[in-house]
Amino acid sequence: MYRIVDVKHVVPNMHELIVEAPAVAESVQPGNFVIVRADAQGERIPLSVADWDRDAGTVTSVFMQVGASTAKLARLKAGDTIPTYAGPLGRGTAISKFGTVICIGGCYGIGSIYPVARAMKEAGNKVFTIIEARSSFLLYWRDKFKDVSDGVFEITRDGTAGKKGHVSAIPELLQSKGIQPDLVVVNGCTFQMMRVSTITRSPGWKTIVNMNPIMIDGTGMCGVCRLSVDGQTKFACVDGPDFDGHKIDWDEFLARRKSYSPEEVEPLRKSGCGSHAGCGGKEQGR
Amino acid sequence: MADGAKTLKLKRNPMPKQDEHERRRNFDEVALGYTTETAIDEASRCLNCRTAFCKAGCPVNIDIPGFISCIVKGDFASGIRKIKATNALPAVCGRVCPQEEQCEKQCVLGRKGDPVSIGRLERFLADWEAANSAIQRPTLAANTGKKVAVVGAGPAGITVANDLKILGHDVTIFEALHESGGVLTYGIPEFRLPKAIVRREVEYIKSLGVNVVPDYIVGKTRTVDRILQEFDAMFIGAGAGLPWFMGIPGENLNGVYSANEYLTRVNLMKGFLFPFYSTPIKRPARVAVVGGGNVAMDSARTSLRLGADESHIFYRRSRNELPARIEEVENAEEEGVIFDLLVLPTRLIGDSTGWVREMECLRMELGEPDASGRRKPIPVEGSDFRMPVDAVVVAIGNSPNPLIPMSTQGLDIGKKGNINVDEATGRTSRHNIWAGGDVVTGAATVISAMGAGRIAAASMHKYLMGEAAPEQRPV
Repeated sequence: MYRIVDVKHVVPNMHELIVEAPAVAESVQPGNFVIVRADAQGERIPLSVADWDRDAGTVTSVFMQVGASTAKLARLKAGDTIPTYAGPLGRGTAISKFGTVICIGGCYGIGSIYPVARAMKEAGNKVFTIIEARSSFLLYWRDKFKDVSDGVFEITRDGTAGKKGHVSAIPELLQSKGIQPDLVVVNGCTFQMMRVSTITRSPGWKTIVNMNPIMIDGTGMCGVCRLSVDGQTKFACVDGPDFDGHKIDWDEFLARRKSYSPEEVEPLRKSGCGSHAGCGGKEQGR
Repeated sequence: MADGAKTLKLKRNPMPKQDEHERRRNFDEVALGYTTETAIDEASRCLNCRTAFCKAGCPVNIDIPGFISCIVKGDFASGIRKIKATNALPAVCGRVCPQEEQCEKQCVLGRKGDPVSIGRLERFLADWEAANSAIQRPTLAANTGKKVAVVGAGPAGITVANDLKILGHDVTIFEALHESGGVLTYGIPEFRLPKAIVRREVEYIKSLGVNVVPDYIVGKTRTVDRILQEFDAMFIGAGAGLPWFMGIPGENLNGVYSANEYLTRVNLMKGFLFPFYSTPIKRPARVAVVGGGNVAMDSARTSLRLGADESHIFYRRSRNELPARIEEVENAEEEGVIFDLLVLPTRLIGDSTGWVREMECLRMELGEPDASGRRKPIPVEGSDFRMPVDAVVVAIGNSPNPLIPMSTQGLDIGKKGNINVDEATGRTSRHNIWAGGDVVTGAATVISAMGAGRIAAASMHKYLMGEAAPEQRPV
């Protein structure tokens, strides 16, 4: 059993889960995920890692409450235990000195892009972070990014913070600041990662996305997390979850992600992620 | 009847089974097991041959005539002890071993009539032991102070842990999933191997003092080398890896599953109890399973139990070449699985929302035997046809689990991603690491994994006790 250190409601529908898992904390890297079960009958859901404390043996994820399983996680309190917290899984984001790196986070991905930005900064890159949400009240960790970035930009759809618009405003935003990216890394809902990959194609900015398919075991056994990358079938749990966003068959991926949407909310009998139609109302919070 | 055959009982006792119309809609065990009377009668068929060919046919060399003669005498406690001397999982093996290819194939009675039902008798003793709370723990050798790490709590790992614990070593199993048992838990369905039995066997090795750590993914949570800083030797029984697909268009459509996914949702995650268990499973009406092995049979029979109107097996050769156990083929036929033999799927066709709706196939005919010794299927020109489907389960095998090969230096890895070992000892290219089961052979049987575990455990024991000097240093 794994002890919950804290569950914080960071912004509406978005929760920060801190779990005592020393073995995971020892090995975790940016871009990894963990497999979590909220209770003994629970499904195995993947959550991207957003931070950790190796000395304290704790690991942090930020997840969006969208279905029955994430609702169970959101109801946990400090001191509770959960039966499964396995990881770190996935290959982790490739970190090295690229030059100028743009880290883009949205949704739960504002959390999981944080350790990427930190590691990219430590590796000697010039790091610019862009966080995006529908409105300012949905942005979180706004101060945390300042220490690990050479610049932090915000984009909101209603213009209540930063630039008004959505991720398609990114090229214009960067150009206005005179920033020429060598690498773009995006963590967020599927729709956002797809949009960023579309807009970075014509300027030819290499774009890494942290994919978030349905998973079961997460250890390279079941094959449900497969996606087409450059015409080849890849398995996100062991080949990724980071892939070149310009090579992904996004239509296929979006369809696969939605395949259990009705079942995810069935136990809840209420809607979760209506305003995030882009991510397919996908359970798993990532 | 010829004179000499008068005393021979040529017919075996049939296995009592749940009625086929009932069982195709429930997950309860199909084979009900012999009664005491039937077991004694079946045991009395054994000729007690001077040379026990049956024993030689068993990958773990069970004293088969020995345990059978105990049943004849009604001394079941001694019988199960004889089995457990070399087999840690008799209740499992009695159910899922392909005895017809192993011990029973060698049975002398089989030349004139039916071989003795060795597997059913093994199961009888194991079930008798559990039902009578007669489980006897073996005496453990004095503690050697040596620490062994076992990766994977499947059939291979459990066997190694059992053997090395009895020999006095301190054994820890690291299991990636939240439940132990490996393929016995996530793969083989409840109706063929009740999970209560798997749990019972895992509890047994825990009761011997084996430490089992769940949710621990060796190669990710900690690397092999990090673990070996704290252990004297390691056995890798990490099992099956990524499923194979056919490589035809449409395999990433919704409604197309690997058998690993389909069976894991049901068996490990209990999807058939959704929403009480929160992992969902679809309940499509028309299911096509591609493949002809036991996993394909399990998938097709599972789909009936989930409420399918029609469940089809698509196999490119004929019934004779089906790799599945004949018993499982018959069970599937009795339950109403439709066998579309000599058919090769060539394309999956989806609707506008990305769900599979049709399967395009070619009819085949058999030509000359190929490298595998089986007659090669050859497409019949112009025979293509389409059939409507709501789900396709691809059950054509899998590669070994990639996590350890990917993350460990100095391990000799084969072309298919398998870990190469010395067959006689199970030792890898690293001096203190052994491996066995599917991670070495690719998808194979429970008993062959156990056999590999047994061989590795013996070699590891020698190494740990210093009888064999290390042949090389760690890389």
